[in-house]
Amino acid sequence: MTARARGIVVAVALATALALPLFVSNFRLFQFTQVAVYAIALLGLNMLTGYNGQISLGHGAFYALGAYTTAIMIDHWNVPYPLTIVTAGVLCLVVGFLFGIPALRLEGLYLALATFALALAIPQILKYFEHWTGGSQGIVLSKPNPPWGLTLSPDQWLYYFTLAILVALFVLARNLLAGRTGRAIVAIRDNPIAAQAMGVNTALYKSLTFGVSAAYTGVAGALSAVVIAFVAPDAFNVFLSITFLTGVVIGGLASISGAIFGALFIQFVPNWAQDISKAAPWAIYGIFLIGFMYVMPFGIAGAIRRLAARAAHRGTAARA
Amino acid sequence: MLRRTILSALISALALVAPASAADTPGVTATEIKIGHTNPYSGPASAYGTIGKVITAFFKKLNDEGGVNGRKINFISVDDGYTPPKTVEMVRRLVEQDQVAFVFNTLGTPTNSAIHKYMNQQKVPQLFVATGATKWGDPQHFPWTMGWQPTYQAEGHIYAQYVLKNVPNAKIGILYQNDDYGKDYVKGLKDALGDNAKKIIVMEQTYEVTDPTVDSQIVNLKNSGANVFYNVTIPKFAVQAIKKAHDVGWKPLHLLNSVSSSVGVVLKPAGLEASKDIITARYLKDVTDPQWKNDAGYKDWLAFMQKYYPDGSTVDDFNVYGYTVAQGLVQVLKQCGNDLSRANIMKQAASLKDLTLPMLLPGIKVNTSATDFYPIEQEQLAKFDGERWVNFGELFDASKK
Repeated sequence: MTARARGIVVAVALATALALPLFVSNFRLFQFTQVAVYAIALLGLNMLTGYNGQISLGHGAFYALGAYTTAIMIDHWNVPYPLTIVTAGVLCLVVGFLFGIPALRLEGLYLALATFALALAIPQILKYFEHWTGGSQGIVLSKPNPPWGLTLSPDQWLYYFTLAILVALFVLARNLLAGRTGRAIVAIRDNPIAAQAMGVNTALYKSLTFGVSAAYTGVAGALSAVVIAFVAPDAFNVFLSITFLTGVVIGGLASISGAIFGALFIQFVPNWAQDISKAAPWAIYGIFLIGFMYVMPFGIAGAIRRLAARAAHRGTAARA
Repeated sequence: MLRRTILSALISALALVAPASAADTPGVTATEIKIGHTNPYSGPASAYGTIGKVITAFFKKLNDEGGVNGRKINFISVDDGYTPPKTVEMVRRLVEQDQVAFVFNTLGTPTNSAIHKYMNQQKVPQLFVATGATKWGDPQHFPWTMGWQPTYQAEGHIYAQYVLKNVPNAKIGILYQNDDYGKDYVKGLKDALGDNAKKIIVMEQTYEVTDPTVDSQIVNLKNSGANVFYNVTIPKFAVQAIKKAHDVGWKPLHLLNSVSSSVGVVLKPAGLEASKDIITARYLKDVTDPQWKNDAGYKDWLAFMQKYYPDGSTVDDFNVYGYTVAQGLVQVLKQCGNDLSRANIMKQAASLKDLTLPMLLPGIKVNTSATDFYPIEQEQLAKFDGERWVNFGELFDASKK
């Protein structure tokens, strides 16, 4: 795809997203807000898994950390929610970076297992610090009203708020990944020894990638706490982490737009599966999953890229 | 002119005839009431899924018999996997998209907590929720939410009443799970013991769900000299506690919370001999108890299960639970008559007077009022005779001090 065509696609997508509240109900908007939240988390995980080649089965833990940071700050200290989201991001950046340092010794599947342990532990840890986390009852928050006297419904406001953060983080990710840093990150995935020989500080880059990835997921978690207006340990079980990994692979590894496709998938496909069969929704979901992977082995974004490339090729061929 | 007069006369006549309320309430038409429900059909808590299935089957039977006041029930039951964010999404779908009149028997404490505020802001009834927490009976702050079964605190009240009446020189030792569930049980006991609580309770021990065993806690409790053991544990730890108490030769009056009163899951693994004489509280008829074999309520339930839910287990308490709560709802809808506004549904739910239901233990009556949002508050104690629970004594009423 040429840069111009890509620009047009992005502009159309953005315009559609901005106009969406005019056409859909508050409930649908709430679902799309969740899609935006998932997309941020998936982008974070995609940086780590897709670009840097480190598999994490524990990103649900960072999502939970972000969500609880926000919930506790709002509930205990009455901090305004936008501030808590920033704090959640910074905290997850630090924790992710620190977790990334020992994780450096672990490659591939071993890292996957170490992070899996994190995902397993988090619901119990949350219940343990009951004074702060509210134990298994969780913390109930209030849904924020639109500021500055805007005549939006709370759902519309949260949608735009989340969308703005999504766009900002996507632009940031694109700039990060398209430049020198991005090349270093990908080089480590493709051939760590060669990358090191080229002068890339692999240890630092791997830890940093882990930190940034955790920060994105933490921001997503923080947003989810605001959007759902409730946090509880049962929301952050192991399945959440696996869902994230599913979303990244289905959307397309090492693709920024893939995060959005993946988010749409993990938000809507389980619901469709349930509509199709109440008796075996997860069997239907499994069929969808296998079908997608069979038809689009490089994820949805990969499939679109291929189709576009084929169309462009045909176009040049016809002209010639 | 004449035309217009006739027209306006016709319109006002129509307005008089049409039941105003039916038109106002989403989900209610002249022939149908739409009711929403969430339940974990998948995920770690999917053992509860059978409750949703048995309620669905019950409404099928009800509709076959003509429904309630001429209206059929359209019961929309969806899976939330016991994850609160999914519950929020699904309940919003039910309320805003499917336009249900109200939601009924949504299952789980964290899941119901997640929608508690939303339901009350939207003023949509959240009726007869399936959880034992105490916070569902707070009509002052949450007038659109109502519980159903006896709460953990209510059960604690009942044990306290029993001890005060029957155990002179009681010295209670408590083992409880260190979370909301455990604390609710302990609070109920202490509240009902009143000023005596400090004197009577000689030791409190806690455990975390993550602990491997509760052995040392049991030894401590034994050494405290307690002669009453208040055992507030989930099945896994209940098995350990019963075994260990037996092994160290501690023979107190053993009060076991109903959460772990399953014969198959708890008492058998712990040892039937070790479990002898344990006391628990019940409010539903135990379908494994032969004394109900010829009971009309039991026979109806069994016939219903065989016809409408043949896959369901006929020894599972959950299938009795779902059947009974659905019957409670039918009574509310009957009382509503033709006024199915949400306000009236809540009002009628809060106006149940001495309602008896076939699978509740004999004598248990469901009572609610504008200030009492706890429908079932009576329970009967049962003692394990080495084979099954044997009910004894009179009914206890947690609402009475």
